[in-house]
Amino acid sequence: MTAHTQVRLTVNGEEVFESVEARKTLVEFLREDLGLTGSHVGCEHGVCGACTLLLDGAIVRGCLLLAVQCDGCRIDTIEGVADSGTIADLQQAFAARNALQCGFCTPGMLLTAAQLLEEVGVPSREKIRARLSGNYCRCTGYHAIVDAVEAVARARANIPPQQGEGRIAEGDPGRGR
Amino acid sequence: MKPAAFAYAKARSLDHAIELLGGAPAEARVLAGGQSLIATLNMRLSSPDLLVDINAVPGLDGIAVKDGMLEVGALVRHAQAERSDLVAKHAPLIAMALPHIGHLAIRNRGTIGGSIAFADPAAELPACLLALGGEVSIAGPDGCRSVAAEQFFRGLFETALSPRDVLTAIRVPLAERDGRFGFAEFSRRHGDYAMVGLAAQARAEDGGLRAVRLVYFGVGATPVRARNAEADLARSDLAAAIGALARDLDPPDDLQATGAVKIHLAGVLLERVAQQLTGRERRPA
Amino acid sequence: MQESNKASGLSPLDRPNSYIGRSVPRPNLARLLAGRGQFVSDVVLPRMVHVCFVRSPHAHALIRAIDTAAAGRAPGVVAVVTGAELANVCTPWVGVLTHLKGLKSAPQHAVAVAKACWQGEAVAAVVAKTRALAEDAAELVGVEYEPLAPVADAETALDPGTPVIHAELGDNLAFERGLDAGEVDQAFRDADAVVEATFVFGRHTGVTLEPRAIVADWNPGEARLTIYQGTQAPHMMQNIFAKHLGLDEHQVRVLCKDVGGSFGIKVHVYADEMATAALSKLLKRPVKFVADRIESFVSDIHARDHRVKACIAVKNDGRITAFEIDDLTGIGPYSVYPRTSGIEANQIVNLVGGPYACPNYRARTRVVFQNKNVMCQYRAVGHPIAAAVTEGLVELAARKIGMDVLELRKRNLVADDAYPCASASGLKFEKLSHHASLDKLIALMDYESLRREQESLRRRRIFRGLGFAAFIEVTNPSAAFYGVGGARISSQDGALVRLDATGAIICHSGVTEQGQGTEAVLAQVVATAMGVSIERVRIVTGDTDNTPYGGGTWASRAAGIGGEAAWQAGKALRANVLAVAASILQAEAGKLDIRNGLVVDADTGRERIELHEVARIAYFRPDTLPPGFQAELMAVRHYVPRAYPFAFTNGVQASWLEVDPATGFVKLIRHFVVEDCGTIINPQLVDEQIRGGVVQGIGAALFEHCVYDAQGQLLNGNMADYLVPMAAEMPDIDVAHVETPTADSELGAKGAGEAGTAGAPGAVLNAVNDALAPLGAAPITEMPITPGVVLAALGKV
Repeated sequence: MTAHTQVRLTVNGEEVFESVEARKTLVEFLREDLGLTGSHVGCEHGVCGACTLLLDGAIVRGCLLLAVQCDGCRIDTIEGVADSGTIADLQQAFAARNALQCGFCTPGMLLTAAQLLEEVGVPSREKIRARLSGNYCRCTGYHAIVDAVEAVARARANIPPQQGEGRIAEGDPGRGR
Repeated sequence: MKPAAFAYAKARSLDHAIELLGGAPAEARVLAGGQSLIATLNMRLSSPDLLVDINAVPGLDGIAVKDGMLEVGALVRHAQAERSDLVAKHAPLIAMALPHIGHLAIRNRGTIGGSIAFADPAAELPACLLALGGEVSIAGPDGCRSVAAEQFFRGLFETALSPRDVLTAIRVPLAERDGRFGFAEFSRRHGDYAMVGLAAQARAEDGGLRAVRLVYFGVGATPVRARNAEADLARSDLAAAIGALARDLDPPDDLQATGAVKIHLAGVLLERVAQQLTGRERRPA
Repeated sequence: MQESNKASGLSPLDRPNSYIGRSVPRPNLARLLAGRGQFVSDVVLPRMVHVCFVRSPHAHALIRAIDTAAAGRAPGVVAVVTGAELANVCTPWVGVLTHLKGLKSAPQHAVAVAKACWQGEAVAAVVAKTRALAEDAAELVGVEYEPLAPVADAETALDPGTPVIHAELGDNLAFERGLDAGEVDQAFRDADAVVEATFVFGRHTGVTLEPRAIVADWNPGEARLTIYQGTQAPHMMQNIFAKHLGLDEHQVRVLCKDVGGSFGIKVHVYADEMATAALSKLLKRPVKFVADRIESFVSDIHARDHRVKACIAVKNDGRITAFEIDDLTGIGPYSVYPRTSGIEANQIVNLVGGPYACPNYRARTRVVFQNKNVMCQYRAVGHPIAAAVTEGLVELAARKIGMDVLELRKRNLVADDAYPCASASGLKFEKLSHHASLDKLIALMDYESLRREQESLRRRRIFRGLGFAAFIEVTNPSAAFYGVGGARISSQDGALVRLDATGAIICHSGVTEQGQGTEAVLAQVVATAMGVSIERVRIVTGDTDNTPYGGGTWASRAAGIGGEAAWQAGKALRANVLAVAASILQAEAGKLDIRNGLVVDADTGRERIELHEVARIAYFRPDTLPPGFQAELMAVRHYVPRAYPFAFTNGVQASWLEVDPATGFVKLIRHFVVEDCGTIINPQLVDEQIRGGVVQGIGAALFEHCVYDAQGQLLNGNMADYLVPMAAEMPDIDVAHVETPTADSELGAKGAGEAGTAGAPGAVLNAVNDALAPLGAAPITEMPITPGVVLAALGKV
């Protein structure tokens, strides 16, 4: 057995103090040691984006960080961000446009999109696609995801929604206007 | 894929890092951004005994003008450099290249120093460093030294760094008023490693160019200067320059393109970059 | 749509508050959006251990010896097991079906015994407390290989000098089929123009974002095996685990939770998953296997490795008079179990030329074994190849005789009033809408305007292309697909619907969910049948202990078959509930209806009694019901299509793109689909299935390729080198529909999950060739269309 190292970090606002093997990646630590299975593992080489989470407020790949490196850091996963309510409009837009099917890419996709939406201005569809281009989705073909992100960007900027763009599920406030 | 076991030590200072690197009985590796290293560890392409984490070493994450050069600390994250006014002003070539590096999540952790030290043949920054005639600052057991970019990149993933060295900064000459820069790359998808790319610098003179430096990446084990093409371009003979690439470059076939395709694309890149250098760019690279 | 609800005078689509045709949001979205899904890769059980497989680095090698001693002593290791040892626990299988005459394959073991037949085949299993420890120990397993010459080229697999992978089979031919309809030779002799082309399709794979994962839990105390698996067909797997592990079917429970993508990848039987279950039985504790991405590339089924020599004969007036194909496909060393690796080739033979009224058709296919990863059904099985070949030939022919590509199609697509009819290959069509769909597509994309734009941009040396692909698509399969061949794969499906004590409806269904929206569709059907709000409906799927015996989700059957079973069960429960209500109210059941969760007088709408009150009385106060009356607040119905072997759908797609002749890069501008899947239960979900399918097809057309070298080594088995479609390169996709319901069910719903993938590659291929046509480029007939392929066609490299 290799030596274990103590790490102290904040995860979703909660202080965590654990002993962890050096080789354990951050995403594995969160999933296995803390039971936060919302961050997913899709490739373990940083390409697919399923493990995307927040380190000190910036999106990073959880599979390309070691847990031991995160001593003193603040980690936010999809569970914490969802519970905080700060992306409720984005989640609602995803639901309204069925911008997720199997849901495996969704945590990473939401956190990446949320980071884009914090930037000033309404991004073009091209920019949304470019910014999401590090998050692999096999199910949706991306169109509905782009629609959802664009809709939220416009709503946050108080710009009226586009008409006639794609189908919106019933019960969504954006429908039928 | 889980990494093979290794020990981990967090360096408190540069000296401490060098001491840790030298202290291991077998292989130790520097951990900075980890965006390349941890992927190779996950795939067990590499199994060092010790990782020396330098992320807490002070003084390596600054961007400053020093002695007429722009110094970018090894631990400067790509995303940090992307936001830097100093980089935009004094090293516009690097500013042009940075958005092409992977995706934002990678750039938030990946470091300038790590990219130079890893020296992936398809990476952007090594080519930029060579095009700018920059240099690499290295701290080792015998003290500090500076290595010019021309001498730094030696072979496939092989640089002037020895196993006990720490790359501490890169330094590039400040962009001059007559400096002209061009950057373009072709990749199959946004954020992918380049199939072939070109980082270029020149000086404007009397409607033409002098001191042309054309550095291709994705065409061999290291970035490659296309010297014949440079001379032709300095004579304003673009057609000849494109033709010269077949002599300057000998790219091997790889999974994304054959050598012949790379040479062809290198010519298209030269056309586009030449327009950037002469200020007559018609479409973005 | 046949029967109206006679009591209310309404048809199923006219039910009050009908959910049929409404884009209702899926009930499972909230947990997925909050990161609270439960995927198999999340499952943790007490005392669970992890397995990692030692995989052959050789494509073809004898296994001389395996030394497990050092690995067995490594930290945290519970067991190291070879194929020979595991063969005592799990019997081998053979992937053949009797209706694919002549299909042969060798027995395949859970872990290879004596011989490794592809690079990546598991040759030993290491079980340890963590996956990392298992991988550490796997490095200590010493395997002595004697490499053999690999069979790595389908073109030479049958040559006399090529090694035979399984000597007992005699040769490397897995399956061969020929078909000769009409007068093909005469048609080619009489043709005004003949186009010949060789189409080459790059082998590729599904790349589900959640890799294959299984947790197997053999509990000797209960003598039960519980399997958590992301399978599309839990009852099929229940049968197979039982059969090969020496158990009775009822000793096996298969549970499907959230599945991170499947697309057919997770409907097959995998040796490493069988091994995991066998190890659990051997070790008497839960064992978990999650394929990592690198092993996924060498162990998930591959698909679509075909070389098709094809010809089309046309007359100057545009009549297509013959199609002919000669298909060669190189699979792996085994035909995959139980659906076989002969189906894809068989489909191609069946489907080429399908949309067209052309009676002369000849086809041959040969399926050959290779020492490469195994191949089997992946979304749209065979259709993308058949459509690309057919539609590629059609557009080449049009160009040859100087006819507009859409005009040629209009002159040959089966007329919308020509049904029922059959194709030259014997496919039976109930009623399709090729012409209506094409007309709708032309309007949807504003075709004339795009052609004008194309022309005007060409004058400025900007080269855009428009390409089309008409297609037919197999959905709602009957037993004709697998059952007739002897496979224990159910083509029927069942739904159990019950009213609980609070008036909510629970539906248990044999079809499964992998993100396409099965649960939503079933809820919509049941809520409509029962007359309740959809919020009061809960769906249970993916549990062999708690759902009727069914086939699961594949071949686009969930809505059409699972939905119909749920519809029938819902109607039956409604009748049962009204019988109880009638007995409570002393009224005639035939004059009552359920609307919005209330029992009402059918003709006036007067509210009579709430559902939860009916339930309360039936469950807790049956003493108040008339003597001799027994309440039955549960109903089970099954459904299988009988009139047609498959419910064919049809559609047509268009790709609008731009090619940069300087670089060979293709930029997709927009994609259009008009598709007819009959009654649409949830329009949004159907459109999203089509969009996702289109992008998978685009992946095949431009990006995806499992590249092998001559030694049978996969060269690009990682996410950096194997290119999947990402957001920046994909276009917006417009979808519209024609609706031609099937009469084989009351709902009239056909399937829609694969249509996008069926037509997209052909449309993109045709669009690239259209873009390059003015430049005198050689027609491109291979995929993926990389920049190098385009530059070569232009003569630039």
